[in-house]
Amino acid sequence: MTTMSNSDRRQRPGSKESHRCSWGPYISAITNRTTNLFIRGGMLFSVGVFLALVLNLLQVQRNVTLFPPDVISSIFSSAWWVPPCCGTASAVIGLLYPCIDSRLGEPHKFKREWSSVMRCVAVFVGINHASAKVDFANNVQLSLTLAALSIGLWWTFDRSRSGFGLGVSISLLATLATQLLVYNGVFQYTSPDFLYIRSWLPCIFFAGVITMGNIGRQLALYEHSFLQQKTHQD
Amino acid sequence: MFPSLPGGQAKQSCTLPEPRREHYVNCNAQVRLKNPCTAAFRGRKQVASRETTWSPISRSLDALRRSVLGRPVLPNGRELTTPTRMTLREQLRKKISAAFYRHGLLCASYPVPIILFTSASILTCCYPLLRLPLPGTGPVEFTTGVRDYNVPFHEPQGDLGERPDWYHGPPVAYIQQVLVKAAVSPWDSSLVPVDVFRSPLGKVFSLLEEIRNHVHTDSSGIRSLEALCLQVTGLFPGLRRMQSVLPEHGCLLVSPGNYWQNQRELFDSDPDLLRTIQKHEPKGLHTSATLRDLLFGVPGKFTGVSHYNRKRVVTYTITVVLSHYDASFLNSLRNRLKQLHPSANCSLRDDHMVHVHFKEEIGIAELIPLVTTYIILFAYIYFSTRKIDMVKSKWGLALAAVVTVLSSLLMSVGLCTLFGLTPTLNGGEIFPYLVVVIGLENVLVLTKSVVSTPVDLEVKLRIAQGLSNESWSIMKNMATELCIILIGYFTLVPAIQEFCLFAVVGLVSDFFLQMFFFTTVLSIDIRRMELADLNRRLPAEAGLLPQKPVPLRTREVPPPPRPSPHTITLQTPAFRNLRLPKRLRVVYFLARTRLAQRIIMVGTVIWIGILVYTDPAGIRTYLAAQVSEQSPLGDHGGGVLPPHLPVAPVFRGGDPTSTLSIHPAPDPTTLPENQSQGHLGPARAGRLPHAPPAGPQITWGADDEEGWRRLSFRHWPSLFSYYNITLAKKYISILPVIPVTIHLNPQEAIDMRHPQDTRHPPPSIPKVSADFQTDLTLYKVAALGLAAGVLLVLLLFCLYRVLCPRNYGQNGVAHGRRRRGDLPCDDYGYSPPVSEISPLLLRGHSMDIECLASDGMLLASCCLAGQIRVWDAQTGDCLTVIPKPGLGRSISSSGCWEQRDAWDSLSGAAESECADPSNGCDGALEDECYPLRRRSAPSRPPLFTNQPDLTPLIDTNFASLPPSNVSTPPRVGFDFGGLVERAYTEHEPPSTYPSPSSASSSPHSCTLLQRSPSLGDSTGPSTQDSAVGTQGSGDVSSVWALELRGNLIAAGRSSGKLELWDAVEGSLRCSNEDSVSGITALAFLSNRIVAARLNGSLDFFNVEINKPLGLLHRGAPCRGSVPPSPCYSSEDVINCQLTRSVQCAHHKPITVLRAAAGRVVTGSQDHTVRVYRLEDSCCLFTLQGHSGGITAIYIDQTMVLASGGQDGAICLWDVLTGSRVSHVYGHRGDVTSLVCTNSCVISSGLDDLICIWDRSTGIKLYSIQQEVGCGASLGVISESLLVTGGQGCVSFWDLNFGDLLQTVYLSPSGDGQGVRQLLVLDNAAIVCDFGSELSLVYVPSVLEKLD
Repeated sequence: MTTMSNSDRRQRPGSKESHRCSWGPYISAITNRTTNLFIRGGMLFSVGVFLALVLNLLQVQRNVTLFPPDVISSIFSSAWWVPPCCGTASAVIGLLYPCIDSRLGEPHKFKREWSSVMRCVAVFVGINHASAKVDFANNVQLSLTLAALSIGLWWTFDRSRSGFGLGVSISLLATLATQLLVYNGVFQYTSPDFLYIRSWLPCIFFAGVITMGNIGRQLALYEHSFLQQKTHQD
Repeated sequence: MFPSLPGGQAKQSCTLPEPRREHYVNCNAQVRLKNPCTAAFRGRKQVASRETTWSPISRSLDALRRSVLGRPVLPNGRELTTPTRMTLREQLRKKISAAFYRHGLLCASYPVPIILFTSASILTCCYPLLRLPLPGTGPVEFTTGVRDYNVPFHEPQGDLGERPDWYHGPPVAYIQQVLVKAAVSPWDSSLVPVDVFRSPLGKVFSLLEEIRNHVHTDSSGIRSLEALCLQVTGLFPGLRRMQSVLPEHGCLLVSPGNYWQNQRELFDSDPDLLRTIQKHEPKGLHTSATLRDLLFGVPGKFTGVSHYNRKRVVTYTITVVLSHYDASFLNSLRNRLKQLHPSANCSLRDDHMVHVHFKEEIGIAELIPLVTTYIILFAYIYFSTRKIDMVKSKWGLALAAVVTVLSSLLMSVGLCTLFGLTPTLNGGEIFPYLVVVIGLENVLVLTKSVVSTPVDLEVKLRIAQGLSNESWSIMKNMATELCIILIGYFTLVPAIQEFCLFAVVGLVSDFFLQMFFFTTVLSIDIRRMELADLNRRLPAEAGLLPQKPVPLRTREVPPPPRPSPHTITLQTPAFRNLRLPKRLRVVYFLARTRLAQRIIMVGTVIWIGILVYTDPAGIRTYLAAQVSEQSPLGDHGGGVLPPHLPVAPVFRGGDPTSTLSIHPAPDPTTLPENQSQGHLGPARAGRLPHAPPAGPQITWGADDEEGWRRLSFRHWPSLFSYYNITLAKKYISILPVIPVTIHLNPQEAIDMRHPQDTRHPPPSIPKVSADFQTDLTLYKVAALGLAAGVLLVLLLFCLYRVLCPRNYGQNGVAHGRRRRGDLPCDDYGYSPPVSEISPLLLRGHSMDIECLASDGMLLASCCLAGQIRVWDAQTGDCLTVIPKPGLGRSISSSGCWEQRDAWDSLSGAAESECADPSNGCDGALEDECYPLRRRSAPSRPPLFTNQPDLTPLIDTNFASLPPSNVSTPPRVGFDFGGLVERAYTEHEPPSTYPSPSSASSSPHSCTLLQRSPSLGDSTGPSTQDSAVGTQGSGDVSSVWALELRGNLIAAGRSSGKLELWDAVEGSLRCSNEDSVSGITALAFLSNRIVAARLNGSLDFFNVEINKPLGLLHRGAPCRGSVPPSPCYSSEDVINCQLTRSVQCAHHKPITVLRAAAGRVVTGSQDHTVRVYRLEDSCCLFTLQGHSGGITAIYIDQTMVLASGGQDGAICLWDVLTGSRVSHVYGHRGDVTSLVCTNSCVISSGLDDLICIWDRSTGIKLYSIQQEVGCGASLGVISESLLVTGGQGCVSFWDLNFGDLLQTVYLSPSGDGQGVRQLLVLDNAAIVCDFGSELSLVYVPSVLEKLD
């Protein structure tokens, strides 16, 4: 699904481009940028929702060994608003990263390829998988391992200071928000262990932010190149 | 479809090249160009060539830049300027790159041994994997004896023996089944069907009571079931509907009694037992265990609980799930039950227990993340391999990359297993992550680096340089990854450690494979690419030879009959080896044998077979049951025989007497008998000693022994899953069943009846439905399976249709282009792919082309009218027109064409002009006719000097002739006297007719061609031009021989006059009239001209140029031909001096004259061939061997001399010694044409057969049947490409196999005018005459090759 949507994504701006070329340059640029933004946001949103569902399933699996016949419903076992929230957050992050890159004036140039992005996503899922499947001795070990893995992820696929800062801040904020929600009783963990949650949540958030930023940057790269092409054409 | 253009437009076409060109290209139509547009054609060719050379150029540029940048990295260190000031890092770097450089050289030098070595090492490392269990979800069994059973230890012992590795620790539970068979006997006719099962089922409650209350007392204390059984705490939350049936608390004890909450009262008051049982059945289709199976403990159809139970025996089990094993308690329970309900003839074995291990189950919930990771993995691989570029085979390299990664993973697992580490992680789960961690990056980097090295380097050096360029980054990445993984190793989490271990080993082995396997594959690929670049020699391979796009024929012209389609007689199929490139042949092979489909089919069948076989409820258990039935011991097939049967019982505290009574004898072979005796003993002492013969028989068979095998393999996991206990990766122990036989007398059954049973016997319809419930399920499954199968087949069919269109192989049909195409498929059913060849028609001659000569750049043609035209062989432009000498027209490339154009458009391409009625060459075929004609001609020419021009009067409408004339055999001539007389008398305007398309007409017409002075007197309309006399006008004779070298045209005339014309300016440079005997053949070599005359004399001329040759008027022609052609400027005074005249070279007319390699070879009617030296014109050899006149001679630069004669014989001679090498008879009739290639000799004869001979052995390889009259025209374009002329077409043949590659039709109307002469130019074009037109056919790919 991710690949399909990605490839879909790659083709769409091109076709749009050819359509709009007949319009005035200004209007076409505006519409292009906004439509591009929307498309990117939509893509990121769907990716986020999908990942949230899948990873939630992984976490559910940790606690339940065998499923009753109605397995599919357990995909949506958590609160309904969690996946959309994740989607929105990923869309925001994915749009934020390239934006910050351009604001800072240091375009990100490290490993800008879809294969690298795919690798990053795979590692992210792997971190989740590990946190769900692997039995850790204690929470400190879990936190340390996950933190090392997340930072390794950042180092392997990002290596930008802005990315790191954004990741850390967003993950801290998100953890805080989650904890607030939990304290207010809006949201409940399946696992009663509070410490357990606290130990893995920030790392997962961080890794997710890095991954989403990677995807967003890659998507923006396409828009960038298309716009550049267009200006060359003009 | 394409209308012939009027003249005005034709001239315009040159000024507007662009639209014309587009027209030409897009319509794929043959344009009748008067003056084909130079620019257009050139432009097209240039575009094509630019396309072909674009990528290498860009590559080399890129590579150049790279190599300059990478110069300091070069390992030899010479480019490094400051070797002294190197840091440690740089030294290391240099060393690494040097090592990589050497390694690259090694890999590229010995690819095959290295690949073999790598494969061997992969296999070696993967060998330990064979010992790993194959993945599967089916349960695994292990059988042990009951008597010496101990709970296995937690830690596996050293001496595992045959124990599986899962057999350690206590099982999840022990299953004790009490198998009850109950029947009402004797059967009474007063009984209703319900009685079959109501009272037997009712017995379950008393049995339950007995089991629950059984207490065993011995020295260690009192034990009851309550203490031993598995206590369950509650049903799984999602199973509310099961609450009423399954026990919620306490002992897990299931029996049919659960339907009635184990209460007798509820059972008794239940009016319809079957409905109660059916009530809990799931509505849909269930593959796993149903509730009925769970409670009854035997599959539904064996229970006998239905109204249509013929055997009237009810079978069910009471399943007790124990958490602890207590042998004494179980024994006492067994004995107690046996005492109560003895089984008379039961011979069930109860001496071993079966441990069943369940694999991990993968549910949908687990599957979704797994599938997601795999999708991500494939996306990663896809995006990675997409970047492989600029290699010969992208797919091959991508496959190699994936193979590298996968086999490195396998190697890592295998190595880890070899060193004692057993993988505990789920391989399927961690696999994608391992792949991602190892990655394809290095492979891509390597490819990119190697590809971007300079292309002009040797392959070895390219590989080495590419490797060394990237060596540093590769090593750095490798070290980084190893470090990261090493950090992961210190997390001290066992799973992560194991993962890291695999990853480290995988990384190392991946590096190894990259260095050895992938680099070698890459070198092979690069070498293949280079080879492909260097020798694109096989013209057939590139799929060149296309079907010519034939525009639509005009309606009124019927399609020409094809009397003799090209038939090929292949003699040795062994010769069809080299035709296609290997890749294409593999593809063709796959497509031909439908290999992919078959593999899929076979794979599916195997897969289904494996599924059926490994299905625990499937065929294997069935087979096992069969085997166990046949086995005398009653041993069930799958189980392991407990090896310790004779060992003394070790039960302590058990009931020793009962144990001994069960196993009285230690001899295992007699065990069944003893056992049954042991059972019989108590049975006789029981309350029901009689076995009523009339009633239903209760029999105990071998399949009752382990009745649970007949259950679904998900039976136990689903039972336990209801209580939220997983059996995944755990095992249960199934104890031997306790058989219980219950006989009820009819009175009991009647007593237990519910009042409704008799009053309301169940209606038949529900009964039937209930009865066939299970069968219906089966039918449903079958129907669904069938539907799915049909759907699958349809889907595959659609896929097949989508992927492989039906007419693949028969290319061109889909494009509707092969209307006339009789492009035969080869034996494989595939014809080579089609590209475009468009012939270019050169028009301008008013009559049939008589002589053709070319030197590669220029093309000179002479028609019957005596007009010589010079064309540009590249573009088809008419450069010069040399008119009939008598008229003395100067160059005029325009003016005279309008009328010709109109004339052309009317008469089409099929005109056959047979001019002179008085001098037909007996109607013989033209090819054979040449010598005869020349022989008889000399006295004639003066007769016709002053006759009027007959050109416009030519009537080619042979259809109007009497049919007898048409059908006359070729030897009978036509008499045109009357026709000409009529023309004389009536002075009619030129009468033109659209030519009939009869194929037979053209050869006949061709026979009548004659060089007649009368024809050339005026070219009709050209008389309007003022004659510019550049030559004497008194002597008019036709051109019999034409040669072209440089820009000089040598023309030999029938009057014996030799003329030298300037090809560019059209001016006569000099002439020689020393002899009056007609020149039949000319040879023009460097500055010598050899003329063979009709009287058998041979004249050697020397062309003297008074000005030095330095001034090149035209640069191009000097390039092409092998002996440097002289180039003359217009200022030069050229003299043609007769140096030597061999008067009596032959005493009969010379028919053939060939010159090459400093030799002049003449063939004559006097059966001899003579070889002269060109320098001193001395006769070297007279070759005798033919028994007829020589008709064809071939000699080329390699001094190959072949001659063919009227006797149909072909002789090969050694020119150096004059000896005959071989002598074969191949044709019935004259040999008309001979060509040699390096490996074969091609001859054509009057019998219209083209024979291809092996040159060294003289064996005929195969022959090609040609169309009538076209046998003589053939040429060899390259070593493997033969071109022959046909009726209005030229055909290209693969010389190696005799396959017709393509037929190019010369004329849009498609009527058959035979191609009589065919000339292969140096620039891979062929020129053939086509009536009055010339056709220039470019063979594009050959053009590329020669460039």
